[in-house]
Order: sequence, then C-alpha cells, then structure tokens
Amino acid sequence: MERGGDSERIEITISSRFENIELVQVIAEHLCENAGVDEDGSHWVGMAVREAVANAIKHGNRLDLRKKVNATFDLRGDDLEITISDEGAGFDPGKVGDPLNPQNLMKTSGRGIFYIKTFMDEIHYSFNPGGGTSLVMTKNLGKGPGVATSKA
Amino acid sequence: MKATTRTVNGIEIINLQGKITIGAGDSQLREVITNALNSGKNNVLLDMSGVTTIDSSGIGELVGSYTTVTNRGGKLKLLHLPAKLNELLHVTQLITVFEVYENEPEALASF
Repeated sequence: MERGGDSERIEITISSRFENIELVQVIAEHLCENAGVDEDGSHWVGMAVREAVANAIKHGNRLDLRKKVNATFDLRGDDLEITISDEGAGFDPGKVGDPLNPQNLMKTSGRGIFYIKTFMDEIHYSFNPGGGTSLVMTKNLGKGPGVATSKA
Repeated sequence: MKATTRTVNGIEIINLQGKITIGAGDSQLREVITNALNSGKNNVLLDMSGVTTIDSSGIGELVGSYTTVTNRGGKLKLLHLPAKLNELLHVTQLITVFEVYENEPEALASF
C-alpha cells in the first residue's frame, strides 16, 4: 500500500480460487469506508469488485490455479479507480446479453457485468495482445450513498 | 450456507443462513431445493432473513430454483427479504418474478 497526500494505492494478486474473492472485496469496502462512504455505499462497491473478480477467475482464468488475478485500487481525492486483471483469452463485451431483456430475465447467469455497471460510475475493458483482460471501474465516492437505490 | 427445513401444511419452509455466493452456497441451494422436490414437497417458502451475502451466482440459483419448482407444478416464494437482496432483485427486475412476503402466516396462506 502506498499513501501520499490525498491519494492511496493498494495492489493485491490472488490465485484463481473463489475463496479469494472476499479478500479483494474486503479491501474495496474498507477503502470506501476509510474514505467516508457509508456502509451501504461501501457494500455496493465491494459487490462490483466481487463480481469482477469472480468473472476473472471463472471466465477469464477458467479456474486455472497457475493463473493470477491482479487487483489495483487507486484513490485520488474522491475518485476511486479499480482495475481487475486476469490472464485469460478475453471476450467480446458486445456479446454479453442484457439481463433486463425479457428473454433473458429467467436465465441463471449473465447478471455480473450488469451489477458492476449498476454500482460503479463507469467501466471499460482493455485486452492485452499477449492475453489477459483488464476491467477498469471508476467511482466518485463523493456522490453519496445508496448506489443501487439511486439507479433503480 | 446453512439450510434448515420444516414443513407446515405441506409447504416446505427452508431457512437459509449465510452466504449464497459463487463456490459457497450456490450449489447447496440447488441441492436443498432438489431434496424438497424429491421428497414430494413442491411448494417451497424460502426464508431469506439469515442470508448475509448474495452475488449474481446466488441470484442465478434463486432464478433456477424458481424455474425448477414451477416446472414441477409447484410454487416457490420468498420470505423476509434482506434490504440488499431486495435491491439486487429490483435492479434486475426479478422482483416482478418472485412473490415476496414479510409475514410467514400470510406467506403460507398464499399457497
């Protein structure tokens, strides 16, 4: 962890086990709480991180224990940028179905990215030519609590 | 995740406690629903009050359980929804799918 002025950077690398998801989620929640975000707001950021790490482990690294998931948290003032990177083959975000589409409503999967988009301000993907996907999520922590409620 | 079950008026009340998340509870939920159906209990009331954490996998299992029970001619309803789970069902519009109750006698009478 690095801290300077009103900025802070935390980085963690985990192996591709579902049991490790919570480690990364807890960092997100504590970072938010330390920045003055209330319990609900911190929870929703943690939830977005949980979904991103789960996707990286399951769909990116396909549970290959030799492959790692890296998470970085950059807090500058109220702006939090979180990057979750895997070592997988990548995917086409345009092919991810809309879970609100009536024909997808009763599907048992496909809501993770939707939740991430709901709870964060912006997200984008970058795909490394040599393999690996990075999901960059940003959130302005000064926008107040009740992330899900405000967007429902 | 821990699940305790009891039967009232032929309705299987399943009290879920703990996490329903990827790799920790999602498959257990499927198992407990399958057990209820295999023992002839097609009407299921899931008491969610003890659920501490749920993610998209857990939500997916709830949807899958609903479909499985409905396809067997039964009904699956939810009781005592924690606020955060309620939010997750709202934003995905799944709240329009599930019947949700805050009161057990009322829930039982609805079957």
